Amino acid sequence: MSARIDARTPARLLDTTDELLSRDAAQQLVERALKLSRADAAQVGLGGSRQRNVRFAANQMSTAGLVTDVAMYVTSSYGPKHAVVQTNDLSAEGIERCVRQSEALAKLAPDDPEAMPLLGPQSVPAVDAAWDEATASMRAEDAARAAMAALGPARSGGGLTVAGFLLVGGGVSALGNSAGLFHFHRGTTANYTLTVRTDDGTGSGWAGAETVAMKDLDADVIARRAIEKARLSRNPVAIEPGRYTVILEPQAVGDLVQLLGFYADARSADEGRSPFTKQGGGSKLGEKVVDARVTLYSDPADRAVLAQPWDGDGLPLVRREWIAKGVLQQLQYSRFWAKKQGKTPTGGPNSIVMAGGTASRDEMIRSTPRGLLVTRLWYLREVDPRTALYTGLTRDGTFLVENGKVTKAVKNMRFNESPLFLLNNLEALGPQERLAGTEAGIPTVMPWVKARDFNFTSLSDAV
Amino acid sequence: MHTTRRDFLATTGTLAAGAAALAALPGPAEAALRPHAATGAQPFVQPPMDAAIKELLQAAVNAAQLAGAGFADARIARTRRNFIITRERQIVEVVDTDTMGCGVRALVDGCWGFAATRTLTRDGVAQAAREATAIAKANRLARDRAVQLAPAPALGERTWSNGFTVDPWSIPVEEKAALLLEANAEAMKVAGVKYVSSNMFFVKEEKNYASTEGTLTAQTIVRSWAPMTITAVSSDFSDFQNRAADMAPQGRGWEAVLDAKLVANARRWGEQAAEKLKAKPVEPGRYDLVLHPSHLWLTIHESIGHPTELDRAYGYEANYAGTSFIAPPEKVLGALKYGPEFMNVQGDRSQAGALATVGYDDEGVAPDSFLIVKDGMFNDYQTTREQADWLKWWYEKTGRVPRSHGNSYADAWSSVQFQRMPNVSLLPGEKDLVWDDLIAATDRGIAIVGDGSFSIDQQRYNAQFGGQVFHEIRGGKIVGMLKDVAYQIRTPEFWNAMDMIGGKRSYELGGSYFDGKGQPSQVNAVSHGSPPTRHRGITVINTGRKG
Repeated sequence: MSARIDARTPARLLDTTDELLSRDAAQQLVERALKLSRADAAQVGLGGSRQRNVRFAANQMSTAGLVTDVAMYVTSSYGPKHAVVQTNDLSAEGIERCVRQSEALAKLAPDDPEAMPLLGPQSVPAVDAAWDEATASMRAEDAARAAMAALGPARSGGGLTVAGFLLVGGGVSALGNSAGLFHFHRGTTANYTLTVRTDDGTGSGWAGAETVAMKDLDADVIARRAIEKARLSRNPVAIEPGRYTVILEPQAVGDLVQLLGFYADARSADEGRSPFTKQGGGSKLGEKVVDARVTLYSDPADRAVLAQPWDGDGLPLVRREWIAKGVLQQLQYSRFWAKKQGKTPTGGPNSIVMAGGTASRDEMIRSTPRGLLVTRLWYLREVDPRTALYTGLTRDGTFLVENGKVTKAVKNMRFNESPLFLLNNLEALGPQERLAGTEAGIPTVMPWVKARDFNFTSLSDAV
Repeated sequence: MHTTRRDFLATTGTLAAGAAALAALPGPAEAALRPHAATGAQPFVQPPMDAAIKELLQAAVNAAQLAGAGFADARIARTRRNFIITRERQIVEVVDTDTMGCGVRALVDGCWGFAATRTLTRDGVAQAAREATAIAKANRLARDRAVQLAPAPALGERTWSNGFTVDPWSIPVEEKAALLLEANAEAMKVAGVKYVSSNMFFVKEEKNYASTEGTLTAQTIVRSWAPMTITAVSSDFSDFQNRAADMAPQGRGWEAVLDAKLVANARRWGEQAAEKLKAKPVEPGRYDLVLHPSHLWLTIHESIGHPTELDRAYGYEANYAGTSFIAPPEKVLGALKYGPEFMNVQGDRSQAGALATVGYDDEGVAPDSFLIVKDGMFNDYQTTREQADWLKWWYEKTGRVPRSHGNSYADAWSSVQFQRMPNVSLLPGEKDLVWDDLIAATDRGIAIVGDGSFSIDQQRYNAQFGGQVFHEIRGGKIVGMLKDVAYQIRTPEFWNAMDMIGGKRSYELGGSYFDGKGQPSQVNAVSHGSPPTRHRGITVINTGRKG
């Protein structure tokens, strides 16, 4: 059974320029699949993208590419039985094969006692501002020029080596079902990250930005920030591990705080296996879990970070405060768990925002007798799910603050810390930024944070 | 706690060392001739490349050449995935995915371009080839040094498969689900066990490759994994503990799942989850660690696999995965002492059942086996064609012909190929020692089974690892279970503190199904074999709330 081209007919419904489907084209494809369905119920999703990228490293151009693809996934249900089949063959025959295969698998699958009926039509305000046409169709030369913003200064002397990545493009998604629901969303993103290392091997600085439109992304500013940070971070000194006051840049805050998303599930808390489980049983909903200045919310229409306004189930996403003034206000309820517990289903958010405060970066530093200024965190892995305890390391710019001033670069350190402890030990909140370094996570906006007693457990020689 | 330097080469219990033979491990040729013992199924044999695919591949590389590429290659790949997801007594989801397309890479004046399309027509792939060439041309404005490829022989037409015996797609979904639900039920019989999640992940890659240099390969690779996590919750909700099953993901078919005997083992794993609730919290301090292959694979992966990737050493991954402490190459090759003299680490893509095992890599090179660490000294890096020439001086000095080790991989037709890890394995020692022998020789220590939490810095010095089960060793015997254990290491000290190693009989494969690297991030699957080892005086911390 080798891959065979004759299994894939060339009679396509789309040509290569159509991966970024229009609403009409997406709706036609979804309806074609739904019409073919013989199942009790069917749901059809579509995801298309056109992404241009360029990589550079060691002051050289590395790889660069343009990738286009579109895939359809069909969920067929027979009573409590269901299965999902996905294909990127959108020929008439390809769609029919996908529908039939999902029906065949669904019929054979064991009953799912938690299966929920499909959602009917839902009213969702469109998030049109998430799309920028010029960004969706950016040319290769423009990507190479963005790389030159960092390569140029690095090659002109000064002992710097740069490595960076630009990813620019658009994505469309659609969801429809046999109960009459149809959603469509499209968005563009420009993401640029840069690491500058000093040639003596002792300094490393990182900076990045993410925007909806390429025109709002200033590669020169990113290059200047990363270069400055690399120079300042040279010749780091070793300090004793222990508990320190930390001033975290928004990226570092996000690296830790966005992990709370893994514990937002109400069911896990109710089942007794979550940091939000109450001693004796039940969840900590309504209890104060962090400092009263902390508010974490999601809102697909928030200007700071726009997002698809419906989740994978088709449930409309509205503004929700997960933690409000330090109180655990909301956990994530699936439609099944909400029904069982008599709650409202929340859907899974597609973006997350932490409210900021009035302290500036400089004020945070000035008010610190002794502490650490941290650019970002790296390789965070769960150590203890009971407390959301994670281990990880600082990276690409860690500095000592003494008597209200940044005095020197320090060696990186490993920490064992929980985002819940961090947000309980809060000292001050500052301005927010949309993060560029959340490659695996959802779009995120985080503030500057100053907190006490951050737990560093060992030194690292890594630069 | 700060990891300090410790004495090198604690000699107690050190074994006679010697350069391990590369042939020490079973190769695929041996396995491929054998039907699966339990089912009697015969290994899959790869047929020749489909004629229509061959035509498209040639159309793609020709179009790139016509557009001005000095070198081009094209891959048409179909990747199928099948997932079965269960919890406790019920199915959660059944998912089948299928994606196929063509990726074309073009080299123009030393600059790369890549484009990928799902339109599998002559026009579609030719358009992608022209796009790839146009990107390469556009990038000349930012070029400094030109990319050069180390020579690789034109192989003509080749076929290969990893010799799976039972195609997972031939097993009906209800049979897969029934096996998982039966295993779940066994685990749930244990008092205290409240939750079980178990899954099956199957992958089938059908890969076709052609280059302007005259290599055409057609390969089929199947991988299988059935992970399982069992959760015990204390009656007053004050604690919960997880135990993940020991099944390693493998480059085999359905037979790998059968051989893992999930149903027969589930109760023991469940009992260990429940026992962890009552286990003694570890006292922080220095311990001798006895590490099982089901645990050690991950430490090998992080502290040897990643830092010996040549692109990392040269800074090509600085913006994401990181660089390496094993750099610059001219200072460490043949000069850096990685561990004791009996330490030999092999890179290969040939071990039977291993995840990174292939016949040809994703730029048409037949991989070789090579020693990354030889008699304790750092000896070689993982390479692709672009990288092999960078080490020309070292290969000439050591009497070798510069060649790619065949470590190029792309995780899909839509991803560009780059250097990814081959199987990186710690070779067994010469003495016939097994797990129990290492425990019996240890006075005060901790024996660790299974992989747990893991984290390492971007140059691969400072790492912290957890595990699944922690046995306390006193006077050569296991005396009870510990919890909240993690050890912190500095890579060179950790490997130089290894003073005992198991023999060939105790060698096992572990592996990662989802190893990330690159931008855009790509995932590969890689195995790491090892015997059990012992390491003296390693820093252990307590990760509990009150630790």
